[in-house]
This record gives sequence, structure tokens and C-alpha cells, in this order.
Amino acid sequence: MAVDEIVTKSGDFKVIGKRPIRHDGADKVTGRATYGSDISLQGMLYGRVLRSPHAHADIKSIDTTDAEAYPGVHAVITSKDYPNVESKLVEGGEAGSQDLSYMSANKMARGKVLYHGHPVAAVAAETRDAAEEATRLIKVEYEVLEPILSARRGREKSSPLLHDTLYTDTEGEKDTEPSNVAEHRIYGTGDIEKGFAEADVIVENEYDTATVHQGYIEPHNATALWREDGSLDIWCSSQGHFWMRNETAKILQHPVSKIKVTPMEIGGGFGGKTLTYLETPAALLSKKSGRPVKMWMDRTEVLQSTGPTPGSWIKVKVGATNDGKITAAQVEISIEAGGFPGGPLHPCCLTSLAPYNLENAQVDGYDVVVNKPKSAAYRAPGATMSEFAVETTMDELAEKIGMDSLEFHMLNASKEGDWRVDGPRFLRVGNIECIEAIKSSDHWTTPLQAATEPNKVRGRGMASGFWGNATLTSSARGRVNEDGSVTLVEGSCDIGGSRTSIAMQMAETLGISEQDIVPIVGDTDDAGYTAVTGGSRTTAVTGLAAYNAANEIMAKMSTGLAEVWEVKSDDVTSQNGRFSCNGHDLSFKEAAALLHDNDIQVTGQSTVTPKTPAGAFSCQAADIELDLETGKVEILRYTIAQDAGTAIYPPYVEGQMQGGVAQGIGWALNEEYWYDDEGHLRNSSLLDYRMPTALDLPMIDTIIVEVPNPDHPYGVRGVGEVCIVPPPAAIANAIHNAVGVRMHELPMSPPKVTAALATAGKLQT
Amino acid sequence: MSTKMVEGKTIISARINGQTSDFIAEPRDSLLDVLRENLQLTGAKEGCNNGNCGACNVIMDGRLVNSCCVLAVEANNTEITTIEGVGSPDDLHPIQESFLENAALQCGICTPGFIVSTKALLEENPNPTEHEIRYWLAGNLCRCTGYDKIVRAVQDAATRMQEGSK
Amino acid sequence: MQSIKYAAPTSVEDAVDVLAEYGDKARVLAGGTDLIVQVREWGRDVGIFVDAKTIPELTELAMDSSEGLTLGAAVPCYQIYGNDAVRESYPGLIDAVSMIGGTAIQGRASVGGNLCNSGPAGDSIPPLIIYSAICNVAGPNGTRQIKVEDFCTGPGRNCLEDNELLVSLSLPAPAKSSGAHYLRFIPRNEMDIAVVDAGANITLDGDSISEARIALGAVAPTPLYLADAGSALVGKPATEDSFKEAASVCREAATPITDMRGTIEYRKHMSGVLAMRALRGALTRARGGDVNVH
Repeated sequence: MAVDEIVTKSGDFKVIGKRPIRHDGADKVTGRATYGSDISLQGMLYGRVLRSPHAHADIKSIDTTDAEAYPGVHAVITSKDYPNVESKLVEGGEAGSQDLSYMSANKMARGKVLYHGHPVAAVAAETRDAAEEATRLIKVEYEVLEPILSARRGREKSSPLLHDTLYTDTEGEKDTEPSNVAEHRIYGTGDIEKGFAEADVIVENEYDTATVHQGYIEPHNATALWREDGSLDIWCSSQGHFWMRNETAKILQHPVSKIKVTPMEIGGGFGGKTLTYLETPAALLSKKSGRPVKMWMDRTEVLQSTGPTPGSWIKVKVGATNDGKITAAQVEISIEAGGFPGGPLHPCCLTSLAPYNLENAQVDGYDVVVNKPKSAAYRAPGATMSEFAVETTMDELAEKIGMDSLEFHMLNASKEGDWRVDGPRFLRVGNIECIEAIKSSDHWTTPLQAATEPNKVRGRGMASGFWGNATLTSSARGRVNEDGSVTLVEGSCDIGGSRTSIAMQMAETLGISEQDIVPIVGDTDDAGYTAVTGGSRTTAVTGLAAYNAANEIMAKMSTGLAEVWEVKSDDVTSQNGRFSCNGHDLSFKEAAALLHDNDIQVTGQSTVTPKTPAGAFSCQAADIELDLETGKVEILRYTIAQDAGTAIYPPYVEGQMQGGVAQGIGWALNEEYWYDDEGHLRNSSLLDYRMPTALDLPMIDTIIVEVPNPDHPYGVRGVGEVCIVPPPAAIANAIHNAVGVRMHELPMSPPKVTAALATAGKLQT
Repeated sequence: MSTKMVEGKTIISARINGQTSDFIAEPRDSLLDVLRENLQLTGAKEGCNNGNCGACNVIMDGRLVNSCCVLAVEANNTEITTIEGVGSPDDLHPIQESFLENAALQCGICTPGFIVSTKALLEENPNPTEHEIRYWLAGNLCRCTGYDKIVRAVQDAATRMQEGSK
Repeated sequence: MQSIKYAAPTSVEDAVDVLAEYGDKARVLAGGTDLIVQVREWGRDVGIFVDAKTIPELTELAMDSSEGLTLGAAVPCYQIYGNDAVRESYPGLIDAVSMIGGTAIQGRASVGGNLCNSGPAGDSIPPLIIYSAICNVAGPNGTRQIKVEDFCTGPGRNCLEDNELLVSLSLPAPAKSSGAHYLRFIPRNEMDIAVVDAGANITLDGDSISEARIALGAVAPTPLYLADAGSALVGKPATEDSFKEAASVCREAATPITDMRGTIEYRKHMSGVLAMRALRGALTRARGGDVNVH
């Protein structure tokens, strides 16, 4: 939908842009907020999952007799308890379309296990300990198969097949022989051969990036109650309870109308909680036992079996003239989809070259199945690794031409009207504005001080990133209460302040304080349909629904007052939270009370599905210090500039930016899945899956750039994701600036950096 | 031989948030398990169950500990403070106010652990430097905030508490 | 966790009785920060926790200027670095106990427990070695003393019999003009197991070294006491060049593996780097200076 005008500009807002205390704040700082694992129901049983110890194996038999007989056990399930589902494409939420039979088999293995940790059976018992003991009594016979543990290997014709019926789909054409490549997508514009021929300088590189996990602190959970009448209640921490309901309905072949999902508070998701894991086993255990069943994962299970982001193998070739104009760019990306197809191939490809306006470009993307957990969305899925490869190659290209990298970015920057490599033209976007923000920042204009210790060197680097952002559907409903407050029921799970940012948009529209809005995240019975809290769409799209609902409230209140005042409703004007007509002049509160006294109740609601997402750019700068003896990189200073369109709730916009940067830094320096040769994940604990601690990061400076989104009444652009895209490249470019060594692998952990230093003759001993 | 032996269920008695609390536990249960399952004090969270994330932090006999690494039986006759014992929704502790005003939380799952940890820090060191704050809090993982606003909230809380005590 | 028992003995003799009764099914519980996690994650054969914290000798810390330090096996880290006299005399030990696992871990974890866990990378073990610690062990036949460098026998294994209990560690009073430093390399800044760790203790006679003890961790199946590297320094001037030679011996002696924390090449390289840094720190302290630890 197009909006005729952006309602008011920043600075004129009464509520938007301020820093109120969030509505759910008191509960969250006192431990009172109820997350999924905090729930307790009468007669509740506890469930535990038995998982595959092998990365790739056929299941020969499963014997659950002893488990069923264990004291306290009420039910045991395997894939036999799951209905057979067809192999057909269904919408997969943020992940795009997925094959339903693969989706089901990922929740509970059918005939074959595809990754270490793949669920094979589940038990419900009186205590969690009893359920755990019982799972150990389930006898599973496996025939172990050779695993594939990298996209490189998966692309080899000789690699053992994970799925006999998987045929490579190349732009709609299917191969005749099965393979481990699920999809090959090709994007392009212009003529890259001609473009490379015109280049004065060409740089070509190859990259490998490791599998990393979203790392939310709260493990997955689900509690299910399957009643005698077939109605199924689920309580879980998720990023989208309507999606949890849909997925559960499809996999269990149970009517959507009989499933209610109640959103609990959620302890982090970053895309990894946009799909079900424990919901269907808990539901089936409840059905079989006749009791509510509560399940939560331990950290080992989270890391072993929930979707990480793909590892990747990327080749980049770029060419430019001596005065810095890019003439051609070519990228080949192979991503590890995990045990089942459906990695984020499309966004990985479209974001790779997005910061640049290119006449000649080609991107080939391959979705490759490997014996690792099925990948799931992780904050701008696919973009971080592809832009790591491209942004470091561009940095090298600029260096070879003798041009400052930031100037090179500026010269070639994409803007409104330029073609994206995946087809659409860019709408109004803030790419150049973000680069300029970094260029004029205190960080960039302050010279980097030299290291003071003899074994250390310092460097500075920058990188840009893009994320398309999603739109999807959101609903909001506001009901005016007699005291002038408005109960706002919306369907977006609140991962970090969205209740309040949506309430602020409604309050701004109504002309009242956000303190007078009571925001509630409704369940699937009472909220209107709302897609995931993900895709950087929540503040924008659910906010738009709230804006529309607010306008409907204003209109209905005007009509109601017209009735009370016995005038025509067109004669009632509403502005800045006041209603007036012919000498009558009431505040919103007064109007609400008057309408209530006259038995006029007002509700406004809206469901929106905007057509055009407003993408977001970010430009970031990193100062690092490198220890030439140990290969350890310290982040000295970090600045992120990001286009937020309009920052509705600035402290939480800043928070999103800082959080994404922190994850990007972890991805850059230390996070990786470590598999042995048999495909066992060896570092499935937070001791050895190394996420940044408070001691590993400096303060993170944020510059909110506001290039309003023309398709949103308040100009909002999603902020949640693009922040994670540039850090690995910015840091790699800073390392090069410090010591003249280019890193082509993630993470850039101390052993890898020292190996690179040694090769370059720069390692100090 | 005066060795106390516990096998199976036993009654534990501890002072939790200033109140005597008697509950049943087995030796296999952690303090975290009993706080959450037996006592419905679900503010302490299970993030990793092996002492690496701090989401389960409580103060036990004056020391900050990971309740996942303490057995329930070891809590017998101890004094424990959980997040539920820090302020209340009507009367927030300065640390809680500071976290809210500084937007030092997003999903909030790590927040109880951080607040308990900060309380222990400021009791021992009322005026910590940024480095001391980050060092003390290194055992509390946050995946949402990047720690910037948390550190500022702790600095702000330290100031409030020093001013409050004047 | 499997069903398990718990015992709270109040004397060393009573503890030894319980250990004798339960044999290899018993585990002594000090801080529990390693043990509880291990039993929960993979220690299915453990049948009983025997609490060390209810035994007075294991929770006492005594400092004497001539006798040195007697450190109960279950004394938690925070009590060690909270003791001014220990901070003054054993800074190399303080380096370790103030960085093990983060603040909350330090509220429970003990040096005795860290030693009995016998991890090749145990943070407190190289300091014990360089301070010539003696392990006081009680068993059914009385007590015996073991040099700490002989205590660990393999990854997660040590020379204690099933019915023996580590009661305390005795660290002799440091010599005049001596200084010690311990450091570890971890990829983050806290919360990691050492990729390589090193400790050095040197005694000066003027500008030359009269005694030196060097230990490395995480580069062999057990923490290593590098007697050769130390004795090679005796009589040498306390200079970078002397240290480089010692570091070279350390690199040679290291026999690391490649695992998820580091490669063989990286660990060999870091053995030399950390040995140098430990020696430099020890020298600074021997000369009365201070070392910025974190």
C-alpha cells in the first residue's frame, strides 16, 4: 500500500522518538515475566527426546518396550505416531517454501537420521528425570552411513546421498539424477564477460565460513494439552504463534481451528524460533497420555539439533577500472542447508552485491544438504557470510586501485532506482547516507592511535551491508476503555520492546500518551492473524496495523460523538487527541467517558499485508588491535550507522543495532560448530561454543540514520537484522589494515590468524 | 560415625529471600531445579545448566553462585537471595530502575541473572570501573544487547545507590 | 541426573570410611562446579557425592610467614584471593584463582577440586607446581604426601586411590627475591578453558637466577613440570635471551593435541609465547614490581 504522506516528521512527534519505560519492564526486571519454561499446569507430565548419536544412519528398528515399562512413564512416541504427510511444498514462514514431508521428518526422524541430535523418539513421565531415564531404555538399531560435512563435499557427485529423491532444481528445471544439491539459483544482469574485459584490476578470492548458531540464552520449550474433544492447546516461546499453529496443523494433520497457541514471553530467537521443534512431540505425548506435557531442551540439544545458520563456501570475482568504477562482479555461493533442503539461498544471493550499483553481475547459489542440523533463519539469513566474502574482496580491490575503501563504497553505492541483482529496483534506501554517517563520525575522523606494546598492531576497517526486510501480515485491534485507555491486542511476540513501539505508534495516532495504551500479545484465538516477529517487520507492519486501527477508532469515536452531540459526523473534527464540534471540545479521555456513558463502545482493527518491503542498509567501522604473537583480535572501538527510517523507540533501536553487532563480532572471531570426522558436534556447550562476554566487547556507538520509508505513515524501516551483516567484513578489513594479511575464513580465531600471519612471515614468536 | 547420609527425598530448610522455606528434594536435584519446580521461583533461568551463562545466578550465603552448579542438599541452612528478593513491582530496586531507564534488556531472559550479579557486585565494590564491571559480569551472557546498555545501567545504578546512601 | 546419594562427613576419618565403602562410585564434592556438571552430563556410574565442605581441615586456610600456606582442598577461590597475606606471598596462585570461570564459579570452585579434576588445562595446577606445592592425602592407612607435579597421571586421572581424600595443599614460604606469574591463553577474555597456560617462579641472586620452576598446561596429557627448562636457567642472567632458551625447551617438551580449542601447531607456538610472558612476569615480581593480570 502506498501512503499519501508521511504523517509528521521526526521532531514533531509527541510520542514517537521518545524513551518511555517499556510496558512489560517491571515484570522483566523482577523475574515475574512468564517464559515458556516457567509454566506449570495441573497434572503436568515432563517430556524428553531421544536423539540420534549418529550424523547419518538408517534406522533399522526402534524398540520402546522397556521405556514404556519404566516407572512413571505415561507415553512414548516415535515417527509412527506422526501421520504420513505428502511430499509437497508448503510455505515455511521466514525460511521460504519447504517440503512438508521433510519438515515432518525433521521433527521426528523417519527411517533415517540426518544429523547428530536428530530426534528419534520421545517420552512423557511424571518427572523429567524419569523421562530421561526412560529414553535411555529405548533400543534403536542403526546402520551408520558416511556423513557429508561440508558444502564442498556435498557438491561432489561422489558424495553419499542424503535423500534418494532429491533432484537439483535449477531455475525450475529438475536434474534426472539425485544429488545432494537441492537447488541452483542464478541471478544476473548485463554481461559479466564484457564487464571483466573492461576492468583494469580484477580480484578473485575463495572463502569458507563455519556453521554458527543464533545463541539465544533461552532454550526451546513447548507445553501441550490435547483434550478429549480434540482441541489442542500449546504454550511456547516462539517468534510467531500463528506460524507455530500452522506448522503443527500441517505436520499433525489436525485442523487449525482446533489448535490454540498461547505466546509465552520469549528469551531470544533471532530467527531460530520461527519454527516448531518440541511442539509436535509434546502434542502427541499429551494425546497419548491424556495429560499436559511440558518439554524444554537443554543447551546440548539446542546446539546439536536446532537450526544453526549454514556454513558456506563462496567464490568472489570483481573487476574495476583504475578510477574505481566496478565493471563486473561474480559470486558463487554454496550454503549448507543441513540435513534437509531449504537454506536461505535467495536472500544470501540477493544481499551479496546489494551495496553496489552494478551493470554487469552474476550470482550463482547452491543449496546443499549436509549431515548437520537443518538450518534455520539467523538474523538476516545468508547475508553475513555473502557480504563477508564480497566486502573483503571489494576492500582488496580498492586497495589495489589505490583508493580509500569508503570512497570506493561511495562511488559505487546503490541507491533508489538501481537494479538489485535479484530483479527489483531499489526503492528509497539509505545506503549512501549510512556511508556518509560513518565518514563524518567521530570514530572515522579520529586518527587511530598506534599500539603501545611491541607485539601488537592496530587497524581500522569498514564494511556495508543490506537486508531486504519482510512485510508479511500483521493485525492489531484497539478497544477504547471508559477511562480513556486503549487495550491494544496485537499478534507480534515481543522479543525486545515491540509491545511498546507498536503502542507508541497507536498512541501517536490517537494523540494520547503511550502510558494510556495497554498492549497485549494475543493468542491465536483472540489476536488477528499475525506472521512472525522476524524479518525486521514488526515495528513497521504491526505498527501500520496499529496506525490503521487507531484511525478507525478516531473515526468511530467521531461518529459516536456526532450521535451524542446530534450533529453530522463530518462536522466532528479530531486532531492532536481532541474532538471538537460547535463549541464542544473534549480530550480523548473525556470523549471515551462520554461515549461509554452513552453505551457506545468503540473498537478499531486492521489486518495489513504491505506489498513492498523497505530494505535497510548499514555501514560499520571497526578499530582492532592484533597481537602478533597470539593471533588474538581485540575490538577497540566500533561504530554502527544504520538506516532505521524513523526510530520509533530509539533506545530499543540502538539496542537492536548493538546486539546485531555483538553477534557479528562473535561470528567474526570465535563462533563455530566443531565436528569430528564422524559428524558428531563436539562443542555443544556454551563453554566451547564461544559467544562474546561483557569483557570481550567495548561500548558500541550507534548512529541512527533516518531516511523515512515512503510506504509507512511514520516512515519506519525494519532495524532488527542488517546490523549483523557487516561486522565480520569490517573486522577482516581492519586486520588487513593492521598487518597486511587478508583473512578468507570465518571465524578469524587465534589459530587461524596465526596461521595466516605465519604464511605471510609476520608471526612473532 | 556422624556422617549424614541422604538417599532419595529429603527435607531441605533454607532462608530464601528472608523467609524460612522448607522443601523436598533429592540429592540429584540442583538448587536451580528446586527453585523453579518446587518453589515456583522461576526468576532464575536455565540457560546452559553448566555454569557458563549466569542466567541461574542467586546469592548464597553472601556469594554470587550459579544455582545450576549447587545441589539442593547443599543449600540446607543457607541464606539465599533470588531475583524475587530484589525489589518488587511496586518498589523497584535502584538496579532494576536503572536497567529499565537505560533499556538494558531486550528479551529479558538474562536480566534476572544480571540484576542479581550486579547486586552482588555493588555490595562488594560500590564504585566499579567499566573494566571491573565487565570483568564481574563476564559470567552473565546476553545475546540481545551487546552489553553496552547493561554496563551503562550498572554505572548508573552505582551512582544512584551512592547518592541514595548519602 | 541418575538417582544418587549424598554424604556429609564431618571428619577426615569419616570421609575416608565413606570413600572406602563406595569405592569408585564415590566422588568428593568441593565447589561442584566441575563435578556436578560432569555427573549430570556423562557421569552415569557415580553413586554418591561426598561433601568435602563439611570437614573442617578441608575448608581452612592458614598462613604462616615461615611455614607457608596450608590450603584446605575445598577452600573456594574467592576466599583465596580475598586473603591479603596470600595475595602478598603467592601472586602466581592469585593470578589463577581470580580468573577461573568467572565470578559466580569463583564463589564455589576450589583449588583442591581443580587439582582433583586433573584436567590437562586446569588453571590452578601450574601455579601449584611452580610454588612446589605438596598434596596432603588421607587414606585408611593414614596420611601421605605427594608432590603436586606427580599428582595428575592422565586427562581426568590422578594418583589418588578410591579410598583416599585430598585434605590440603602445603605451599612453602616463598624465597626472598622470588617472584611468580601465571597466565593462560584463551580466545575470549573470560569463561574459556585454557588453550595453553603457563606458570613461572624465579628466584634472583643479584641479576642472575638462582632458582627457577616452570610449568605448562594444556600441552600434554597432564600439566607439565618442565624441570629441564627451569634448571637450564639456574646461574643464567635474568634476561630476554635466557628466557628465550627456556621458552625453546618448553616448546620442545610440549606434546599437545589438536582439538576444538587449538591445533598442535598453535599450541606448540603458544607454549613458547606464554613461557616467555610467564618468565617476564615472574621477573617483574621478583624485582618487587606488579603485573597487570586482567
